[in-house]
Amino acid sequence: MWRRHQGRFRPVGCGIEELRRNRREREAALRKARREQQLVSRRLLRDNALEEASGVVEILGEAEILQFLRLAHRGTEEKEREKALVSLHRGLQHPETQQTFIRLEGSMRTLVGLLTSNQALLQLAAARCLHELSHSEHPAVAEACLPATSYLLTYLSGHSSDFIELCLYTLGNLIVGSEAVRKQLLPQGIVPALAACIQSPHVSVLEALGYALSQLLQAKEAPEKIIPSILDTPLPQHMLRLLQPGPKLSPGVAVEFSWCLHYIICSQVNNALLITLGALSTLGLLLLDLAGVVQRTEDTGLELLACPVLRCLSNLLTETAVEAVEGQIQLGDERVVAALFILLQFFLQKQPSLLPEGLWLLNNLTANSPSFCTSLLSLDLTEPLLQLLPVSNVVSVLVLTVLCNIAEKGPAYCQRLWPGPLLPSLLNTLAFSDTEVVDQSLELLQLLFLYQPEAAQAFLHQSGLQALEKHKEEVQLQDRVHALRETVLHG
Amino acid sequence: MQLPATLRARLSEGPGAAEPLPVVRVPAAGAAPFRFVARRVRFPREHEFFEDGDVQRHLYLRDVLTQVAEAPERPRVPEFPCQVAGCCQVFDSLESYEHHYHALHRSVCSICKRAFPSGQLLDRHLLEWHDTFFQVLAEKQNMYQCLVEGCEEKFRTSQARKEHMVRRHLYPADFRFDKPKKSRGVPATICFGQGASRGFKSTKKRGKHH
Repeated sequence: MWRRHQGRFRPVGCGIEELRRNRREREAALRKARREQQLVSRRLLRDNALEEASGVVEILGEAEILQFLRLAHRGTEEKEREKALVSLHRGLQHPETQQTFIRLEGSMRTLVGLLTSNQALLQLAAARCLHELSHSEHPAVAEACLPATSYLLTYLSGHSSDFIELCLYTLGNLIVGSEAVRKQLLPQGIVPALAACIQSPHVSVLEALGYALSQLLQAKEAPEKIIPSILDTPLPQHMLRLLQPGPKLSPGVAVEFSWCLHYIICSQVNNALLITLGALSTLGLLLLDLAGVVQRTEDTGLELLACPVLRCLSNLLTETAVEAVEGQIQLGDERVVAALFILLQFFLQKQPSLLPEGLWLLNNLTANSPSFCTSLLSLDLTEPLLQLLPVSNVVSVLVLTVLCNIAEKGPAYCQRLWPGPLLPSLLNTLAFSDTEVVDQSLELLQLLFLYQPEAAQAFLHQSGLQALEKHKEEVQLQDRVHALRETVLHG
Repeated sequence: MQLPATLRARLSEGPGAAEPLPVVRVPAAGAAPFRFVARRVRFPREHEFFEDGDVQRHLYLRDVLTQVAEAPERPRVPEFPCQVAGCCQVFDSLESYEHHYHALHRSVCSICKRAFPSGQLLDRHLLEWHDTFFQVLAEKQNMYQCLVEGCEEKFRTSQARKEHMVRRHLYPADFRFDKPKKSRGVPATICFGQGASRGFKSTKKRGKHH
C-alpha cells in the first residue's frame, strides 16, 4: 500500500556525495526563502521521450520560436505540426527561451489557439509547452499564461486523466507565480472546478489536484480570500475521505491532502467545521496506520505524511470544539499515544528534526487529559521519553513539559512517575547551560517535591543542591533555585 | 530509544482509554515564583517551529520528477489507427490515442459533430442549439446558464451570458467553447466518427432554429 509507483518519482541525480551536497545547499536556500516568506515550489511533469532526448537544451531565438509556432499553426500535416510544438516544448525548458517567447507578440495567443484546437495531439503538445512555462520563477512568465487559465480550468471537467493531470500541475505552478494569477483564477471558478474534479477515480489526478490545492492554500491571502470558499464546498469532506486508512489510501495523494488540511487548520478559519466532519478521528486513525507501517517497512518517505498529520492533530486539539462534539470526547483512544511513541522512535532514527513536532502533539494530548497521562504511565513510556532528553535543547524542553503535564495532575501521577531514571535525568538537565531547559527542570522538580515528598530527600542525597548552586546567579532562575533549596532543606 | 515490547501489541488491539488516576492538585503547585501551567499550544502557519517540516515538504516538491508517461505501463506500440468509424487518425502510443479519443470522441454532438471538452459543455450545447423546448422556454425566461463551474446564474440570451462571463468570471471574450455555430469549421484533416456522439433524436435539420 505504501510503496510508491516505481518510475513516477525519480530523484534527479548523480553521485551520492554530490547529491548530498546539492541537497544541503538547496535546504539552506529554502530556509532562507522561508524566513523571507518567499518559500514557493513548483512541480515539473516531463514526458519520458523528451527526457531521454534531453541533454543540453539549446536556447531558441526569436526566429526559431516564430518558425515553430508558424509550423504548428499552419503546417499541413498534423504530425509535422506536433513535431514543431515538441521542439518548442524542448526549447522552453530554458529560461531564456521562456523570456523570449513571452516577449514575442501573439505567441501566447497562438499557443492558446493550439491548446483549444480540434487536434488532440496538438492540444497535448501545447499544454506541455504551457506547463514548461508555468515552471518559470519569473512572475512575468506566469502572468503571460493568463489567457490560458480559463481553458485549463475547463479541461478539468474533461475525460482524459493524463491531460487533466497536466492541467492541474500547470495550474498549481501558476498559482504561486503571482497574485495576479490568483486574482483571475478565483473568479474563473478554480475552487468549484477543483471540488468537481476531486471525485475523479484516478490516483494521478487526485495527487495533482492535492498539489494544486496546496499551492492555492499557501497564498498569503488564503485565510481571508480562499479558505472560506473552500470550506463552503464539499472539498473538506472529500479530503478527509482520501485520508482514511485502508486499501484505497494512496500515499502520494494522502501527502498532498494532509498538507492542504494543515494549511487550512493553522489558518483557523473554521476548524469547528472540520472537527464536525470527523477530522480528529480520521487523522487519529491515520496516525495509528502510519505507526503500523513504520514497523513493517523501511520507507523513509513516511515523514512527508507524518509531519502534516501531527500538525493537524496538534492544532485541532487546541480548539474548544474538541472538548465535546455532541457530548463525546474526541480522540480518546490511548493507542494514539502508543502510535506517537513508535513514530518518535522512527523520527529519532530517520528525521530527528521532526521530533519537536511529535512532542508538540504529545504535549497537546497530555496537557488537559488525565486519561492520556495515565496511559503514558501505564504503557511504561516515561523511560523512552527520558531517553530523548540529550537530542537537543528544544527536544529537552518539550520532554520536560510533557513530564510536567503529568506531574501537575497530583500525587497519584508523581508516585508513578518517580521511580527509576527520572532523578538522574533531571540532575543531568540541571547541568545544561540552556536556560529554558533548566527553567523547565526547576518547574518539574517543584511539582515532584510537592506531590512526592521522598523526591526531595533523594534529591538532597544525590547532591542535587550542588547542581542547583550553578544557577543561583541567573536572574531568570534564582528565585526558583532559592525556593527549591528551601523546600529540600526545610520541607 | 527503547520502547517496551508490549507497546506494539497495544497498537494492534482495539481502541480504549485508560481509567485516569485521581487528579489532586494543591494551590502551591505552580505558585510564584513557579509558573508552570499545563496547556495546549497552537502554532500559526508562519511560526519558526514549522521551519524544518516545511523545508522537507518543499524539498520533496522540488526533488521529485513526476512523469506523465510511465515506461513500464505505456509501452510504445506499432502505429495503429483510431477504431472509431470514419476517423482516420493514426497513433504511435496508447497515451496519444487515449487523449485523442477522450478529446474528440467522448463528448461529440451527433447533430453538428462538434467535439466538446466535457459532458457538461456538450449538454449545454445540445440544449441551446438542438432542443426545441429550450427555445420555447428561452423566449419566456432566463435559460442560458453560465458555463463556469459552480455558477448557477442564468441569462436571457447567450450574448448576456457572454458579457457576464467576461465581466464576472474574467473569461476571454472569444471563449472557444461558447462560440456561435462553427465559426471556423472542422479542419479537413479531422474526421469525426459516430463513436460516442450524443444528441437528441431529431429529424429536424440543424440550424433550423436560428
